[in-house]
Amino acid sequence: MNLIINGKPGVVAEECRTVADLLSRPEWSFRLVIVERNGEIVSKEHYGSEILCEGDRLELVHFVGGG
Amino acid sequence: MSFFEPLTRLEQLPYGSLWQEYRVEDVKRALLKDRPDEKDLQALLSPAAESCLEEMAQRAQRLTRSHFGHVMQLFTPMYLADFCVNHCTYCSFSSIYDFPRKRLTPEEIRQEAIAISSTGLRQLLILTGESRRDSPAAYVKECVEILHEYFSSVSIEVNPLSTEEYRALREAGVDGLTLYQEVYHQETYRKLHVKGPKRVYRNRLDAPERGCQAGFRSVNIGALLGMYDWRQEAFMTAMHARYLQDKYPECEIGLSAPRFRPYLGEFNPESDVTDRALVQIILAYRLFLPRSGITLSTREPASLRDHLIHLGITKMSAGVSTEVGGHTQDGGTPQFEISDERNVQEITDMLQAAGLQPVFKDWDLLKLQA
Amino acid sequence: MLDPLVIGGITLSSRLFIGTGKYSRNTLIPEVVSASGSQVITVALRRVDPESQDNIISHIPSHMTLLPNTSGARTAEEAVRIARLARAAGLGNWVKIEVINDQKYLLPDNLETIRATEILAAEGFVVLPYMSPDLSAALRMQAAGAAAIMPLGSPIGSNRGLRTTELLRILISEVDLPVIVDAGIGRPSEAAEAMELGASAVLLNTAIATARDPLLMAAAFREAVAAGRKAYLAGLGPVEETAVASSPLTGFLK
Repeated sequence: MNLIINGKPGVVAEECRTVADLLSRPEWSFRLVIVERNGEIVSKEHYGSEILCEGDRLELVHFVGGG
Repeated sequence: MSFFEPLTRLEQLPYGSLWQEYRVEDVKRALLKDRPDEKDLQALLSPAAESCLEEMAQRAQRLTRSHFGHVMQLFTPMYLADFCVNHCTYCSFSSIYDFPRKRLTPEEIRQEAIAISSTGLRQLLILTGESRRDSPAAYVKECVEILHEYFSSVSIEVNPLSTEEYRALREAGVDGLTLYQEVYHQETYRKLHVKGPKRVYRNRLDAPERGCQAGFRSVNIGALLGMYDWRQEAFMTAMHARYLQDKYPECEIGLSAPRFRPYLGEFNPESDVTDRALVQIILAYRLFLPRSGITLSTREPASLRDHLIHLGITKMSAGVSTEVGGHTQDGGTPQFEISDERNVQEITDMLQAAGLQPVFKDWDLLKLQA
Repeated sequence: MLDPLVIGGITLSSRLFIGTGKYSRNTLIPEVVSASGSQVITVALRRVDPESQDNIISHIPSHMTLLPNTSGARTAEEAVRIARLARAAGLGNWVKIEVINDQKYLLPDNLETIRATEILAAEGFVVLPYMSPDLSAALRMQAAGAAAIMPLGSPIGSNRGLRTTELLRILISEVDLPVIVDAGIGRPSEAAEAMELGASAVLLNTAIATARDPLLMAAAFREAVAAGRKAYLAGLGPVEETAVASSPLTGFLK
């Protein structure tokens, strides 16, 4: 499935069906990630039920150091 | 929210002992602060401050000159009508006195305006007694429209009006509101205002705030000193001024320190406000509210006024008559006796000799075309 | 023990807010937290970079109140979007609004900041707007529902100290909200000065993060902030004005 993650096109395996599946991948899993899907914030309790679709635009953000 | 809420808290303070608690050090600290607080104000009004008057005066003069310059605003009152439905025990216009009442006609107003403006004055304060029948807001509005041909600034000192009435007057060209609470102490207020709508304390207390909301450029308040303990009355007045100033930064809040004057009746003031006390009050006002205008009336004798102009006063009346039509007619009843009877030229000369520029006109209200 | 400061329903005993940027290593953060005694800490929000392995949240002790900023926002709408994302993390509802259009001096845009304050306060955020010290703007932020205002002492990261003292003094006396001096404080003496003026707290990041010994500097700021606050509460002695020889003004009162 083709997704646009943080502005970059990427391909994820077919078994990666939900936001929760995506976030369980090693590059995201250890962080507190906030997800915006097609411009809407996905609340945490919906990660498991939010089904990803071909062409979805996802923003994955997290906290970094700042003043 | 109105000043009534803070006032309710301030009324609970232990005035019996409070003034005695302040020491000279408290006064010295207070008088050098950039923004004195409530307790500093109490210190400045306390007996301990009596020995610091010279220091307070020096600082008050510096503050006044740095904020206002070496100038003195001049204005004069014009009495439009002396019909009154109230009985206030201290006032000559009280409804219980039997004298021929008068209300100026448009033509008489014009004559008065010509007489006053020929002295050079362009700032006018118009006054009426309280009578919704004989001098309603609509009458005042009509007068203002005539007076604007002769004066650049017209302020009103009339009975409390509604926000809507104030707004209509502002639109007619009134730029300032003067309204004295007379007495902040509620029990005394009830005692002095025996009859009439003026008995409603709260309506009067909230009127300056309604004036701010209606958009007057300046709102001037005061307590008639001598009606109740002067320290407490001056304290409430200054707190009221700061409340308005904090809440309506777009409005110039000014203060007056009128001392009770003899009048037609036989009322005796309850609290003796000596010259020394009056000076202390004016200085406390100046130090507590460095940017507020302070008005001094002709109630005070010339000899005293000549000294007070250096202590924080920014505005004074000149060429005053407190009778309806007093600038062109004889035989009226003055609202109170004035002490300083000098004409505008004499006041001008006195100010100039004292190094102050008299200001006859501060601004012109421009009517914006729609 | 200082008098407590209450913001957004949270009672704080420390009046020193710290940041999490610019540290040589993020493992210093918990130590700085403990040395500074701080209870509020700022973070920023960025897209996740798969290359970087660090997670700033794991370095922040759980008792801290998190203050996400909206850095990067150039309009009110962008600030609002960032704030909503930050709240979706589930770590509280505080936000430091930071809207900066000026890339030369990094000075905040008060107008956009007021707009963002209005929107976010209405959505239930505890809003702390970073602002240029301007009275009208501060009063509008207050009316818009800000929980505190955060005027700058001098431009961000400049370490130039308090250059806006006169304006800060006015804000402190006129605004009925806690005034937290943010940005520009480089030295503990400057933090103390802000507190002596009557600021409710100070926020700083660079001064601690870039010190040779951040822990020692954090401790220094902790003491300076406490000293400044105590001095303010104690009531500073009057500064005697130079005596002016002038004729007495009250000589007529005999």
